[in-house]
Amino acid sequence: MPTTGNPVLNLSVFAVFVLITLYIVYRFSSRNVTASDYYAAGSSFTGAQNGVALSGDFLSAASFLGISGGIAAHGYDGFLYSVGWVVAWLVGLLLIAEGLRNTGRFTVGDVLAFRMKQRPVRAAAANATLVISFFYMIAQMAGAGGLIALLLNVTSKWGQAVLIALVGMVMVLYVLLGGMKGTTWVQIIKAVLLLLCVTLMSVFLLGKFGFSLSAIMQQATENNDLGEAVLDPGAKYGFSAMSKLDFVSLALSLVLGIASLPHVLMRFYTVPNATEARRSVVWATWTMVIFYLCTLVIGFGAMALVGTDKIAAAPGGENSAAPLLAFEIGGAVLLGVVSAVAFATILAVVAGLTLAASASFAHDVYANVIKRGNAEPRREIRVARLTAVVVGILSIIGGIAANGQNVAFLVSLALALAASANLSTILYTIFWRRFNTTGTLWSIYGGLGSCLVLIIFSPVMSGAKTSIFPDVDFAWFPLGNPGLVSIPFSFLCGFLATIFSKREPEMAAKAAEMEVRAISGIGART
Amino acid sequence: MGRRIQSGFCPPDASHWSGFARFREIRHVDCTRESATVGAAHEGQGYMTKAMRAPGEAQHEYREMRGFASFDDPDTLSYVDSDGTPNYELIRQTDEFRTLRRRLTTFIFPMTALFLSSYLTFVLLSAYAKDFVSTKVIGVINLGILLGLGQFVTSIIITLGYARYAKRRLDPQRKLLAEKTGVEE
Repeated sequence: MPTTGNPVLNLSVFAVFVLITLYIVYRFSSRNVTASDYYAAGSSFTGAQNGVALSGDFLSAASFLGISGGIAAHGYDGFLYSVGWVVAWLVGLLLIAEGLRNTGRFTVGDVLAFRMKQRPVRAAAANATLVISFFYMIAQMAGAGGLIALLLNVTSKWGQAVLIALVGMVMVLYVLLGGMKGTTWVQIIKAVLLLLCVTLMSVFLLGKFGFSLSAIMQQATENNDLGEAVLDPGAKYGFSAMSKLDFVSLALSLVLGIASLPHVLMRFYTVPNATEARRSVVWATWTMVIFYLCTLVIGFGAMALVGTDKIAAAPGGENSAAPLLAFEIGGAVLLGVVSAVAFATILAVVAGLTLAASASFAHDVYANVIKRGNAEPRREIRVARLTAVVVGILSIIGGIAANGQNVAFLVSLALALAASANLSTILYTIFWRRFNTTGTLWSIYGGLGSCLVLIIFSPVMSGAKTSIFPDVDFAWFPLGNPGLVSIPFSFLCGFLATIFSKREPEMAAKAAEMEVRAISGIGART
Repeated sequence: MGRRIQSGFCPPDASHWSGFARFREIRHVDCTRESATVGAAHEGQGYMTKAMRAPGEAQHEYREMRGFASFDDPDTLSYVDSDGTPNYELIRQTDEFRTLRRRLTTFIFPMTALFLSSYLTFVLLSAYAKDFVSTKVIGVINLGILLGLGQFVTSIIITLGYARYAKRRLDPQRKLLAEKTGVEE
């Protein structure tokens, strides 16, 4: 099959990348001994470095393959993702980054439990982190499956499963060897490669069409069944009242979800102070803007040069739009490079997720819930490493199961979960003094629970041709994305539970400390 | 004097925030206040922004205030306990901290309202005003795509605006607070 290029070449480009990054990770491993080193890279990164890594965390397979594929298949409706994901960084910049950096050390639980009863809140925060990370991870691993299918021309499900397992193992190696520092460096290298790659491809495409985006889109419409209608909204979401609501719900999850993802939040701890945290979001915003401008060009470019039908028929479906375009304009070599970068992206993001999940379990559940804050640091790290292995195995299984789903869509579910469970709770705890333990628990579990329930009973799970279980129908919630309901619901839960429960006067001193630390940074470097 | 200016300063509604020209105005007002007042602790309560205050909290606040006012000379107070931990309750009640908190919240909350409503406008137009956003503007590029790209532009403007505001208005105030309390970051 000519479109897959040369599997040996693809594999060797990728292998070179893995070897180089593993070497880098290994070099940083010797100093990776304290909890701070393992979880937060000793807070030693600069704002610029962390900003690039931050964008790296978000420029995942979902962004690169999913968005360019989404645009290539659905035009305008795919573009909606890009817009949401750029605007979303403002939530992180204005509301979250600095306060979080000033009040936490390693995990989201640190911040949420700061002035609350430790054990229940930490347990809740860890539960939320694990559920969100698991959903996000499945999305990434599903992307890996599609990519493998395309690149190595491995079409049997068994062959793909073996390769997904290999990806999972390399990813666990990154985490075990490098901790946060190694993972961050992998993230930085990958983000730079990815940005270079999409920028060069976009410039080349634009050049080919006389630097006119309109010309690319014009030709794109000729290769899509919908014709010019693909440039208008509705190609994917249609025009029924429900599909419009679904569209709005998705948009809300996109914009509120990113800055609530545990592995993105954890990144803010890798810088020494709040000023650097702010600087990193500014960097991330720039790289995001450039990246998503390029995906617009690449998406329509793929539609124009490859054609929507050919993309849909390729192994990996929509997700293969960018690699196919690379092959179209640069032959086997460019396909190899693009695929290696996309692959590296999956590896790095999944490594970051694994780290966030393992940190949450070891630091919140093991050290603070089970050992009540008296865990020996070395043991805590050992638990974290062990958790990383378990998470790795789980994600391999999940990835094999979800192989073939659209990754951007799966990610949007993870974002809805993150925004429902984390965003309301973080904002309340930083900015609302009256907020208490009861409110915290209600807003975490209320958001997480309602979101999970709505996903289970949505058309995503059953009742439609595209469902995970197409043969049964137990869906009663009409929207594919629950964000529109579950995000406001978690805000409401947190508010009502706080109002109707007792104040916690014994926490007044901690509340004062949190307020001063979050806003001024005084006492944040402990 | 501080109060009078204050009442004109606090923007309760995001729709008044039409652009960055506002920031300049705020800066001007703020400077005036600082040079004019070294407010007594109890006066500071008037400066509190509503956004920070949870319902029913006022009473609690007042009790703390009286406790603070009973010290003879606030200037000789130590903001650090004997064992080296900062006294956060005292720091929280300094004018420097209140000013910092007010400056932060009066920027971030209206800005959040601004960008969220601008984003949701784009989304709602895409969903419910299809014909409008499908209007072709440049070649086949339609209004919707341009509005979406416009979100990119506003994101950059707000990001840079905040970075600038933080550098000029928040960070110096944090430094001032650190100097007054003798507690470093």
